[in-house]
Amino acid sequence: MSKIVNVVEEIMSSNDDLAAQNRTRLDTAHVLGMNIMASPGSGKTSVILQTIEALKDKLRLAVVEGDTAPVSIDADKVILAGMPAVQINTGGSCHLDAVMLRQALPEVPLDDIDLLIVENVGNLICPASFSLGTHFNVVIASVPEGDDKPYKYPKIYRGIDALILNKIDLLPYIDFDVDYFKRGVQILNPNVVFFDVSCKTGEGIAAWAAWLKQRVQAFQTPAN
Amino acid sequence: MHELPITQSILRIANEHGEKSSATRVTDLYLVIGQLSSIVDDSIQFYWDIISKGTLCEGATLHFERIPAKLLCLDCSTTYTLDGELSACPQCNSTRITVQAGEEFRMDSIEIETGD
Repeated sequence: MSKIVNVVEEIMSSNDDLAAQNRTRLDTAHVLGMNIMASPGSGKTSVILQTIEALKDKLRLAVVEGDTAPVSIDADKVILAGMPAVQINTGGSCHLDAVMLRQALPEVPLDDIDLLIVENVGNLICPASFSLGTHFNVVIASVPEGDDKPYKYPKIYRGIDALILNKIDLLPYIDFDVDYFKRGVQILNPNVVFFDVSCKTGEGIAAWAAWLKQRVQAFQTPAN
Repeated sequence: MHELPITQSILRIANEHGEKSSATRVTDLYLVIGQLSSIVDDSIQFYWDIISKGTLCEGATLHFERIPAKLLCLDCSTTYTLDGELSACPQCNSTRITVQAGEEFRMDSIEIETGD
């Protein structure tokens, strides 16, 4: 005979459970975790390098780099900049998930850092479905990608705390309607904080770094 | 391509619940997918046909219930559903919006056959 069985289970629950374990691990080490998501070529690594430059005397940080191919180009740049980096090669997979971060964490010197930056695989779709256990998410968008991205890839803009709009030095040359873009992001996420930056000129990096430093300090200050 | 690990999750959950209920076969899965959840039914179906082979779920039909995105305007309390492109409040044009529905991604139930 046939019958209906009630399930009512979140499909992503097993990833979410592991993400919660990662979070506990970061919490125990008093390390704030930030997941950076963006499309390929938006300037994730450049923003990270500029962030290191701006904060290296104030915060101790490490970077986990996600890439689909077995390359360590990004990690090497971070190490050159003087910070520990761990490369995760996803073996062709288009996103990081909680299992991959869990496997990378033992290689991260958690006891010696304040901030862990996780650079997700360049992709606006898949990373949005897999929480990692980091404390907050940031999306980097860049002017040449076009201003319609929030309308086409809505999910990635949900649940982010900050949006960095990179390559603003190109605004005079590209038809990018900043208001239209930000409006799309705000509909999805009214509380998002915007940072307009240019890694080329350095514009806006100081404001972003100050915000990030404040996040780390607020996290490490015990609530009374 | 994130639909592969997602489909593996679906299979694991359905097999677990099927086994728990002593199913000889799982014939149908009822999935709820919100409009904003970036999940493509066709891709799930594609992977499903491959990875469900040789399990309790082999040959089971996937049913997708699509939930439209429902938004609430925080300024004028208008509720609206998204029909196509993302848009500000149709009443007052505000972008202070909260999403009330449309992010679902769960399995509601399965239909099974038992040996009885």
